[in-house]
Amino acid sequence: MLRRYLRPISPSARREERIFYLFILPWLVGLVVFNAGPVLGMLGLSFTDWRISLDDLQFIGLDNYATLVADPIFWTSVGNTLYIVVGRVVFGTAFALFLAILLNQKVPGIPFFRAVYYLPTVTAGVAVALVWIWIFNPRLGILNYSLKQIGITGPPWIYSSQWVKPSLILMSMFAVGPNMIILLAGLQGVPKELYESAEIDGAGNWAKFRNVTLPMLSPVLFFVIIISVVSSFQNFTEIRVMTEGGPGESSNVLIWYLWENAFIFLQLGVAAAVAWIMFVILMALTGLQFRLGRRWVFYEV
Amino acid sequence: MKNAPHAKRKDGYAWRKTIKGRRAIGIIITFALLVPIGIIFVMPFIVMVSTALKPLNQVFAFPPRLIPETLQWQNFPDGWYGYGYVDFTTCTWNSLKITVNNIIGNLVSCTLAAYAFARLKARGKNFWFAIVLATMLLPNEALVVPQYVLFSRFGWLDTHLPLMVPAWFGWAFFIFLLRQFFMTIPEELVDAAKIDGAGHARILMQIFIPLSKPALATLAIFAFIGNWNNFFGPLLYLRTPDVQTLPVCLVQYQGAYGNTEWHLMMAVATIAVIPVLLIFIFGQRYFVEGIATSGVKR
Repeated sequence: MLRRYLRPISPSARREERIFYLFILPWLVGLVVFNAGPVLGMLGLSFTDWRISLDDLQFIGLDNYATLVADPIFWTSVGNTLYIVVGRVVFGTAFALFLAILLNQKVPGIPFFRAVYYLPTVTAGVAVALVWIWIFNPRLGILNYSLKQIGITGPPWIYSSQWVKPSLILMSMFAVGPNMIILLAGLQGVPKELYESAEIDGAGNWAKFRNVTLPMLSPVLFFVIIISVVSSFQNFTEIRVMTEGGPGESSNVLIWYLWENAFIFLQLGVAAAVAWIMFVILMALTGLQFRLGRRWVFYEV
Repeated sequence: MKNAPHAKRKDGYAWRKTIKGRRAIGIIITFALLVPIGIIFVMPFIVMVSTALKPLNQVFAFPPRLIPETLQWQNFPDGWYGYGYVDFTTCTWNSLKITVNNIIGNLVSCTLAAYAFARLKARGKNFWFAIVLATMLLPNEALVVPQYVLFSRFGWLDTHLPLMVPAWFGWAFFIFLLRQFFMTIPEELVDAAKIDGAGHARILMQIFIPLSKPALATLAIFAFIGNWNNFFGPLLYLRTPDVQTLPVCLVQYQGAYGNTEWHLMMAVATIAVIPVLLIFIFGQRYFVEGIATSGVKR
């Protein structure tokens, strides 16, 4: 790579290169100042006894990490995070795919339904999280009332340590809009000829889905899954507004654990270590997916 | 759903096997799924609006009614002005200011970078693009601790600067989407402009930006929604009431009165959602097409 840099290039190519770096300069500066710098700074700070002030820092090696390993709540929050991430990614992707297939049917009124299905994604945030507290109310909420109409006694949802995580996963199903649209675009990109030739070979709907749609869609599906994993780690709003990690520690996820350590217990060194562990888990999950992806993702030649 | 011509069969249920019959069944099944799911999807929204219009004594009535017996419009002004220390008018202005700034900042910085990645040749380009993709996988919420320290060193705490300045330094996700869109613009257009002696700035301004309106509109809507709903940043960096943004105001309201004044809280929540809803309704055609055409092919 270095040799390529040393090779002389023409003046016009050099000019173009200069413009390239000029154009990406804002992003590059942002990368260094707001991303790379903080990530590396955080690694350093996770080895210190940093509490409130940055002056007089003591290097304490791996003590923060040792503190975490010894803290049962940390392990609970790792478990909760993985539970929610897996739940959101598996059910969220399957549901988004189902909706995309539904929206890909040739029936009238599709643009309307597409907008309606996207709506909850747009209005996600504090306002709607507040509504969900109300929906999940075990006695007065509309969810349990509706379940009662069909003869089911609803669970206590976010008010029980058993149900709080499934509740949050259920709620996230309403915000699958972007994945749904991306998958829909993917479905519409599958060449028609492939379906026609499959029909000539006598393939039914299921066989067409299994042998044409899924392989052709697999790169898009892979992209969606990777992005969903990252976004599932970042569910601070719901936790802060709806459960604050409770009941008990049953919805204490890593991002909440990090927040508590940093801005409530003022253990910033520990919080930095939590953030690093989050990165490592995320990188491991992404790496694993790229490995597994080689087996099921089909790229056109 | 179409039947292959050679598969014509004759039996008692022949109509079901005909192309028309199959299509009719298909449409019925599709609607039987589309409609109930649609109703479920708008339900949270309906619950919010209906609670916002009820008097308090009906809020806790059982069984819950979706359509209030009497419409209490007074909830909206009552919620908005009801409690002195949560000033919704100021919060809304702050949210609007930050949101507009960030839309412009993101569009400018991301357009430049996306053009560079899509159309300019340079050594090291692939490396930097790989970094763009990698930063898309960075969970921003996990970066709060060092960013907090950074901004406190700058003396930016309790100002809008930590929420507004980074927008001018690009965002990986937008750069990626826009670059994908720019890649689809035909090379011949660029060549023709070059022959006319146009520089890159002119090519960008006169060819790429006009042709990319749907993609740019999509990103603008994305940015609007993301910034309007942003809760984490303001909660972290802002302290005094007169710099707060709308989501934080809502949570403060919840903390103070949420368990007793549900109808007022839903009223202010409804008001908070309306701008996003309007943007979505007017922009949704662009929005959906923009995501679709930007594509996700790597």
